This record gives sequence, structure tokens and C-alpha cells, in this order.
Amino acid sequence: MKVSSKNISLPLVIQSRARLPLNRLPSASRSFAQVANVDNIPESDDATFTVPIKETSFETYHLDPPPYTLETTKGQLKKLFHDMTMIRRMEMAADNLYKQRMIRGFCHLSSGQEAVAVGIEHAISKEDKLITAYRSHGNTLMRGGTIRSIIGELLGRRDGIAHGKGGSMHMYTKGFFGGNGIVGANVPLGTGIALAQQYNDTKNITINLYGDGAANQGQVHEAFNMAKLWNLPVIFGCENNQYGMGTSAERASASTDYFKRGFYIPGLRVNGMDVLAVLAAVKHGRNFVKAGNGPLVYEYATYRYAGHSMSDPGIAYRTREELQEERENDPISNLKAKLIEWDILSDTEAKAIDKDVRALVNHEVEEAQKMLVPQTKSDVLFEDIYVRGSEPSQRRGRTVDETFYAS
Amino acid sequence: MASPRLFRPAARLLSSRLATTPLRPAFAQSACAQSALRARGYATEGGVKEVTVRDALNEALAEELESNQKTFILGEEVAQYNGAYKVTRGLLDRFGPKRVIDTPITEAGFCGIAVGAALAGLHPICEFMTFNFAMQAIDQIINSAAKTHYMSGGIQPCNVTFRGPNGFAAGVAAQHSQDYSAWYGSIPGLKVVSPWSSEDAKGLLKAAIRDPNPVVVLENELMYGQAFPMSEAAQKSDFVLPIGKAKIERPGKDLTIVSISRCVGQSLTAAAELKQKYGVDAEVINLRSVKPLDVETIVASLKKTGRLMVVESGYPMFGLSSEIMALSMEYGFDYLTAPAVRVTGAEVPTPYAAGLETMAFPQEDTIVNQAAKLLRV
Repeated sequence: MKVSSKNISLPLVIQSRARLPLNRLPSASRSFAQVANVDNIPESDDATFTVPIKETSFETYHLDPPPYTLETTKGQLKKLFHDMTMIRRMEMAADNLYKQRMIRGFCHLSSGQEAVAVGIEHAISKEDKLITAYRSHGNTLMRGGTIRSIIGELLGRRDGIAHGKGGSMHMYTKGFFGGNGIVGANVPLGTGIALAQQYNDTKNITINLYGDGAANQGQVHEAFNMAKLWNLPVIFGCENNQYGMGTSAERASASTDYFKRGFYIPGLRVNGMDVLAVLAAVKHGRNFVKAGNGPLVYEYATYRYAGHSMSDPGIAYRTREELQEERENDPISNLKAKLIEWDILSDTEAKAIDKDVRALVNHEVEEAQKMLVPQTKSDVLFEDIYVRGSEPSQRRGRTVDETFYAS
Repeated sequence: MASPRLFRPAARLLSSRLATTPLRPAFAQSACAQSALRARGYATEGGVKEVTVRDALNEALAEELESNQKTFILGEEVAQYNGAYKVTRGLLDRFGPKRVIDTPITEAGFCGIAVGAALAGLHPICEFMTFNFAMQAIDQIINSAAKTHYMSGGIQPCNVTFRGPNGFAAGVAAQHSQDYSAWYGSIPGLKVVSPWSSEDAKGLLKAAIRDPNPVVVLENELMYGQAFPMSEAAQKSDFVLPIGKAKIERPGKDLTIVSISRCVGQSLTAAAELKQKYGVDAEVINLRSVKPLDVETIVASLKKTGRLMVVESGYPMFGLSSEIMALSMEYGFDYLTAPAVRVTGAEVPTPYAAGLETMAFPQEDTIVNQAAKLLRV
């Protein structure tokens, strides 16, 4: 492990507990009393100032740690809180709709993992690319999808983000390559997106997210090799939410140090329950990758509150006590506590933001419910299998009579 | 031809296995006949029990794990979670972690490991959470499992069973809702079965595990919770069904409907409606096995009815139905009084929205209408 001068203050305790994800470390990481006071907070929402990042936020592997301070604005800090709240409320709405049997099939919620999606988005540009697996509602929203288009898709509506064709796992928007339903399969894809960036010399990077379950997939390691071999501008990111479906990371992985899985690729474990740490880490990584230093392997230590999918109650393989304890390390409450401590947000203001977000989500859900379902017509069923204008002249339906002829 | 093969090493393995487990000669024709005879002899109304497909599969696994120490099951969530679809419920408690193994979500890896263990003489049962995920591992299924016996000149057998839900499932969109019958059915060296009822599920899975070749068992998620009557004979631990033999689920004289897996139930409902609406008697054949395909039963039926309709949920192009219709040309052309027809999945990646999804897979009315058109009623 490469330790820079800045890293020397990193408590040794972390290294000796290397198998434990950060949020399972002793309560030190949960106490905000020791966070240094922030001085010189400007009046204006747009003026920059510096906030500290807790020194226990990072664990490095052949990499200098990100700076333990973050230059930000009041506006951005409030936006981080707003965005995480928005994802949480949207997922709660999806949860409700699923329970009302209005959402079909799979529905993987990201409650508890909001800091990862939000921190990343605030650290990259719209020109950077992002790809993830099937727990993708939050990422879709952060990349520019609207709540109504996401909920509309979950409801299978024509004006859903994928026109009702994709559902929960398959949403796409500009700079966001989806939702992939096959564990691990998006990792080579993300590497290919980075190859295209290098090929086109765009000077942008790709954020390539996968879960702790997917981290063991062979193709992930194949992608690592080529990314390093060809120096591709990609930050691999293992969102370690501790469980691959119903199997804990320890039961599936010979090593749970996912940030060291790249072996020959520098890595960083980030406290994924701290949005500021995620933001600082990704900013740092983005600069590193953009400077032509090749790929990075990040691990965001986080936690999934919900079951794997809605059909999984999520309590058969973990205790209620564990769940309760993790909920006390909530990324939204964590940020809120800091903002209140730093006098950037009052409790009343935080409640007002939450209320506004809830009203927005409710409104968007109502709008989504007004969307029409796709017409059950052949031209709707068969559209977009191929690029428009390049379709084969006919596509076969269930019977010869249902064969669809392109007009 | 037969006797020199007995001296080949793989054949020796086969015969020694038979000698050590004389009660389980699933692939010997006589055993199946015996069990069928017993079914006729002792089945009573009172002995019949309603069993879900899930429980039938669970029973088959438990019986085979119990009777053959070489079998073990591995896959994602099969042990501590009791199976993603609860097919392996209770097996970990009963047989322990050596025989019921949770794997990471790494299909190519654990499938290859299952095949390797089979090459070394064990009889692994490799569960895929769904066959959609087996695409990650299909190289091991085809290149390592299916071809090795032939490539080794009969020296190296591979007694592995691949099982899991296949085909249509509700609301899970394109990447989780594909039928692979035609894919595996096209591969020499594999046997492929696909059960519909609980008896099918138990008998075919047990036969697959006992068969000395790699066998693919294509189940269906939507069938797991359905209950079927199970005869007293089928409830016994020596019950197996022959691989490669279809079952006539409903005899009829006017039309042959050949179907498989979940579509068998839809075809039976359609047949009842055809009778009620038009007074025609459709014969419904439950294929049970994709490879080998029971051409004999199909041709015998179409000779009787003169009309053939195939119902399946796979893609129409280069599929199971295409194959059956081609075979009907080769073996039964002169007996057909009308062109054979098929009802299949539509040529589209499965859409998420319910209305579109309905249009992408055979429904009972699709079958009825197509049959009525074929029969000109």
C-alpha cells in the first residue's frame, strides 16, 4: 500500500480491519462532533468555501488519497441534500406503487445508496458517461431522467423513459447507458464506452458501476485487464451494499477488499454513506484518470435498506438489528447533521426541502399515472427492434397472420 | 456395434455405476416400463395427491441427493436462501453444505466447476437462477459439457444436470424472459427436457440426474406454484420418466396440437374450448423432451388427425416449431390434409408493458383462433 504524507494520519485501525467495509467500522465514523468547524462560510449560495472530509472516509490502494477537504458552495451542499432526498422519495413512491401491484416484475430500490449516485453526479460533467446494473432508478434521475418518466416506465406507460419497453432495469438517457439486467455484463460495456472516449479523444471519463455480487464475475476482471492494458479513462466502481441478492459479501468473495481487486490498478475505498466523501473521491479520481493515468477501481461502502428486489423482504439473511443500525448511518441524515452543524441549513429548512420534494414526487407520480399505456398494436410492439429506416421488411408475430409488414 | 463399446472406458464407468446402484437404472428401458406398469396396477383414486411443480422438483432433488452420494447441487442462493424460487427449500438443512452449495453470482465459473466435477466422476446438479443467466455460461454447457464425450472418443463422460426456469415470465422484460429450448435442442451431445406438470417435473428431473450425459432441464417459473394431481406411483422415490418420450395429454381425432412446458396447459384449455365451441377433438401432445424429440408420437398422431399445429413460446425463426414442422414434412407429408401451422412467441425482445407482453407470447385465444382457421370451422 502506497502511503503518501497526507495519508499518514489515516488511523491504522482501518488497515487492520481491512475486511470490514467502512460503515461497519466502530462508531467513530458516525459521530460528527469531531468534524472540524467550518469557518468563513459565505453568505451567498454561490461563493466557494472549504469543508472538511473525515479522515476515515478513504482507504487507499497504490493511490494517493483524495484531499481531505472539499471546495464547495452552500448551493451545492443544499443541492446534494435535495437530490438525495429526491431519490429516496422517488424510491418510496416506487415501493408504494409496487405494493399496489401497479409495477410488474422486478423493482430494485436503491434506498440507502443515494450518496453514491448523487456524489458521483456532482463530481462529473454531463459529458462524462455512466453505466450501471439494474439498481438504476437513482442514477437515471441524476443523469437527467425526470421522475415522471422513470415512474412512467415503472408503470409501463408509453411516455415512460423507455416507452414502456424496458421497465425498472432498463432505463437510458443522455450520458447514461443503462440499467443492465445481467450481473456483471455492464462492466465490459462501460470499458468499451471508455475506449470510445479514448478513441474520440473526448477528454471525458466513464463511471462504471457494479455491485459486490458482480465484482466476482469473470468478465469484470477481463475488463480490468484491458482497461489497464490500454490505459482507458474509466473509474470502475463497486457499489458494495454488503449483499449480492441474499448472500453477504463475505459469503461470496474470497476478498471483500473490492478496491484492491484490480491488483495492478490503483484503488480507493470510499465511505459511501457520506456524500461529501464520494464527491471528493470521484472528483479526485476524475482528475487522475483525465490526466492519462489509466483506470481506477473504487469501492463505495454502502448499504441497501430494501430487499434485493421488491419480492425479497430482505430480512431472511440479515438481522433487523443490523438493518436498524445501518439506518442510523443514513446518508441523508448524515449530510443533514453536518449542514445543521455548519449552520448552512436549519432543521426547519431541511424539513421544508423534504416537504417540497415529497410534493414534487407526488405530483410527478400523479402525472405518470395519467400517461397512457402503449397501444396494443403491431406497429407499437415491433417498433424499435431495429434502427428506424433500417428495419427488415417483415417481422413475424405469434402466427403467420400476425406477421408485421413495415409500411 | 454395441459390444465393442462396452470395452470403452466411459461405457465401463456407466456399467460400474449401474452395478453399484442397481435400483436406479433410469436410462434402462425396462425400469421405466416397470414403473409405468406399477402405476397402472396400484394407482387408486385415494392415492392421488395434489402437488405443486415446485414441490415435485424439490422431491426429485431430495430423492436423488438421498440415494446417490455423487450428486450435489450448486448455484446462486440454492442453500441458505432456500432457492431464489424456493425449489431447493430445506435441502441445505437436510443434506448439509457439502451437498447444497451457494455460489457467487458467477455463472461461467460455477457452471464450469460443475462440468469439471462431472468430468471427475461426480453427478452435479447445476441450478441457474434462470436460463437467461446461463447465457453467461453457455460456452461451458456446449463446448465443455456437450462435446467432451465425443471429442474423447467415448473416454470421458460428463454426467451433469443443468436446471432452472426458462422462457416466459411475467413483467421482467427482455433480458429475463427468453425461451432457450431451440438453443440447447440444436446441440448434439446434450439431452433437453422441459416439464409441464408435477409428474413431468419429478420424473424428468430424476431421469436427467440419472442420465449419464449432460442434460438440460428447462423449467418454467410461472408453473412452479401450480398444483397437479400426482399418482401414487409418481409419489414413489423410484419414479422416473423416459427422456425422449412424449405424452398424449388429451386424445383427439381432428387436430394434433404439439406443445411443451407452460404452453401445454394453454393448449389443453384451447382444446376444451375448441370442443365446446366447434365440437372438434384436438389431440394435445406434451413433448416433455426437446432432445431427443419424439417424432414417432407426433407422426402417429398426425397420421390419425391429418392436421398439425405446434404451440411453443420460443422465437419463431429457427425454433422448436420450425423443427417439428420440418420433420412433419419429412415423415408425415402424405398424411397431412392441410398445411401445418404454428403459434409461437413473436419475433420481438420481450416488452415490459403488460399489453405488449401479451402480444408477444401465445395466448389461449391465439391457439383457438389459429386452430379454427386450420380446421376451417
